[in-house]
Amino acid sequence: MADMIYRVNMATMSFKIEDVPADWMGLGGRGLTSVIVASEVDPECHPLGPNNKMVFAPGLLSGTSAANSGRNSLGAKSPLTGGIKESNVGGTLAGIMAKLGVKALIIEGIPEDDSTFYHIHVSKNHVKIEAVPNLVGKDNYFVLDAMEKKYNKKVAVMTIARPGEMKMLVSNISVRDPKGKLRSYGRGGLGAVMGSKKIKCITIDAENYKEVTYANSDKFKEASKIFTKSLKDNPISGEGMPAFGTNVLVNIINEAGALPSRNFRTGNSENAEKICGETMAENIKARNGSTTHGCHAGCVIQCSQTYNDKDGNYLTSGFEYEMIWAFGANLGIDNLDTIAAIDALMDDLGLDAIEMGVCLGLAVDAGILKYGDGEEAFRLIKDEVPNGTPIGRILGAGTGYLGKLYGLVRVPVVKNQSIPAYEPRAIKGQGVTFVTTPMGADHTAGYAVGSNILNVGGTVDPLKKDGQIELSRNLQIASAAIDSTGMCLFIAFSAIDDPVCLPALIDMLNARFGTTLTGDDVTNLGKMILKTERAFNIKAGLTSADDRMPEFMKYETLPPHNVTWDFTNEEIDEFWNF
Amino acid sequence: MNQRINITLKLFAQYREGNFKVEQRVCKSGTTPQDIIDELGITKHLPLGILMVNAKHENEKYVLQEGDTLSLFPKVGGG
Repeated sequence: MADMIYRVNMATMSFKIEDVPADWMGLGGRGLTSVIVASEVDPECHPLGPNNKMVFAPGLLSGTSAANSGRNSLGAKSPLTGGIKESNVGGTLAGIMAKLGVKALIIEGIPEDDSTFYHIHVSKNHVKIEAVPNLVGKDNYFVLDAMEKKYNKKVAVMTIARPGEMKMLVSNISVRDPKGKLRSYGRGGLGAVMGSKKIKCITIDAENYKEVTYANSDKFKEASKIFTKSLKDNPISGEGMPAFGTNVLVNIINEAGALPSRNFRTGNSENAEKICGETMAENIKARNGSTTHGCHAGCVIQCSQTYNDKDGNYLTSGFEYEMIWAFGANLGIDNLDTIAAIDALMDDLGLDAIEMGVCLGLAVDAGILKYGDGEEAFRLIKDEVPNGTPIGRILGAGTGYLGKLYGLVRVPVVKNQSIPAYEPRAIKGQGVTFVTTPMGADHTAGYAVGSNILNVGGTVDPLKKDGQIELSRNLQIASAAIDSTGMCLFIAFSAIDDPVCLPALIDMLNARFGTTLTGDDVTNLGKMILKTERAFNIKAGLTSADDRMPEFMKYETLPPHNVTWDFTNEEIDEFWNF
Repeated sequence: MNQRINITLKLFAQYREGNFKVEQRVCKSGTTPQDIIDELGITKHLPLGILMVNAKHENEKYVLQEGDTLSLFPKVGGG
């Protein structure tokens, strides 16, 4: 049976199952969510009002046997940025949705009775919506346990915790991973959108699904083999990432003088050695943890891990560079175990590690806590934010609003979204991505760190402006396309440097759908997605003036390279000429 | 060429295994990163990914100067 669109209306508590319109047929993941949001959501709507929609879509290759194809996209208008948002996540969701034949799940409307929260269960040809008063006020692991008891261990679960219920802009949506831990639709405050629709959790049935079909199964297997080998043979995805996780970046970015520290005051952190990937790997080995863990079935990179405490008890997983940077370098906590405990707490509370971490870094400037005070950071996140106290509400609104409320000038946001983990003044190509992507400051939108720092996909001097606009543009086009396939973005290390990788990916798409796509088609898809997202933002009221770096980075020099953000507005606006 | 220079040598990721994290060294004038890489033998199993001198990318033929910090990485990545 063909894939279908599942549409849920929370105002009428009803659902419809629709054929896929021809225009949407060749789309998946980000391409599909952005096209649906752009065509169905009024760009001027209030993101937490009745006219915003949530659109979930697995990638084009999700549910297949292709390695690393388990990313699922969520699109909506973001309450944090005021623009379009696509956030994607691993976990078991994408595969289960694709196998159930759900091309997209669209959730619209707001319930008339907003005195409780609801649980949506999607199964073959059916959607059940029921009130779940017993889950109100509970956090993510409680919901996960309840859903696993109710159905079976395999059911896909998406959930919000108390901050999402309170529609806080730092709230995310958590998704169950294959080991029963959590991954997140992290950025853009999408937990608040789910909270506004009074949805506590969504489950997708894993019992009645069928395997996906292939137009040419043999060709798919052949291409899949080449693709997998390419990922495994690549020194980054095949060796570095499984050994050290994404946190291997702390030392290299610090050595490059681009690790934002003390709320973006310097490019070096005195804590780097204490919080780096090498130290993390040592701790993991000494405490019988595991340096490898896949966030979704079929992942051959395994960049996640199991991080135990000193006594060998489970502390956290999915312990990423951006999290460790935010709390270790930017907020100054020099103890990896303290950061791990905060990571686990934020998983349970459904908080975006980057938005919350950068916000607390700025909170030092506001006099709310002291630099390096992990105990107080933990307390604020545990006691103030999820209880909605006045200070909890202020921190829960994210970095941009905290800056406004306290009259601060050094506020590291673009389109009101916190800048992550890479100093734009010292990695200028990444800075171009931060200001131009329709998503607000987002490192995954076009990872220029590769060519600027890591010698992946050529080399472009990180401290100079030359070539950065074009680099970021090409990467953003490619990333938008990859985000539509369901592929993890870390396939890019191989896709950029191994000439057989990308053709194998395109071969898999063609063998799955019986199409004759070429590399140009994939590039055009990426361009179409970016332009669709940009057009939505313009209609929503965002202008070129929103494609700008915070002003302090233009006049404040960043040690050790003593560089400023020196692009002119005209240079930045050139980005959109394609 | 009897002149000596002092440098700081830093190793990262897998290059640390069986070696060290950071070391102060006295080298003869004219020493290049390639000389040091050859001496350590670190690229036998894992090719060089990134080479930095004083926080800037350089190549293996750069001539090290008094007080330089040389940082060597295999291919690493994340995001």
